Amino acid sequence: MVLHTLNQAPANSACLESALKAVASDDTLLLIEDGVYWTLPAFEAQLASLRGRLLVLEADAKARGIKTEAVESVDDAGFVALCVSHDKVVSWF
Amino acid sequence: MSVDGMLILTRSAPYGSSAARDALDVALTCSVFEQPVTLLFLDDGVFQLMKDQSPGDIAQKNLNAVQQSLPLYDIERLCVGKSSLERRGLSGDDLILPVEIVDDSSLPALLAQYRHVLSI
Repeated sequence: MVLHTLNQAPANSACLESALKAVASDDTLLLIEDGVYWTLPAFEAQLASLRGRLLVLEADAKARGIKTEAVESVDDAGFVALCVSHDKVVSWF
Repeated sequence: MSVDGMLILTRSAPYGSSAARDALDVALTCSVFEQPVTLLFLDDGVFQLMKDQSPGDIAQKNLNAVQQSLPLYDIERLCVGKSSLERRGLSGDDLILPVEIVDDSSLPALLAQYRHVLSI
């Protein structure tokens, strides 16, 4: 079980494409920093091939004016819990 | 026909780096020295203008507050790339300030209008 974090905005679509190839069905993809923009409805198609669970970091979404109702979100304490509950963390940046 | 002044081209999302803040700082500085300034937002740069930003929890200053002061500094021409907005599912209504939405085809003419173009 791997926790993948991704912090790149949509102009860097290669970063998301590579991450999606590496995420297994029991992995988690956590969108952080500028990565939270991927949760906008316009990018639904790009995320469609995600095999694992999708999460967004609440503080980063709120900072950028991104509404998170459509996606499961976690706070900083939740982020820490995810780091502990997964075998390793892989950063996509 | 080149107008005296500066076009600041910004293509980065806010908060992930200092680029957005830097672009605003340069714009305000130019204006203080009475240099006419236009801002052009392309690609992820259009996210800088999204409404309802609230970066207190990530310990950063709200860019929306600075952006709202731009008209006070006589920075009234804000241009936004139409295709950049559309690709992100955004429209002028999602943005904090009224902007001029520019087609890709008019970008060369826009860049040609200014004596200086600064890309941040």
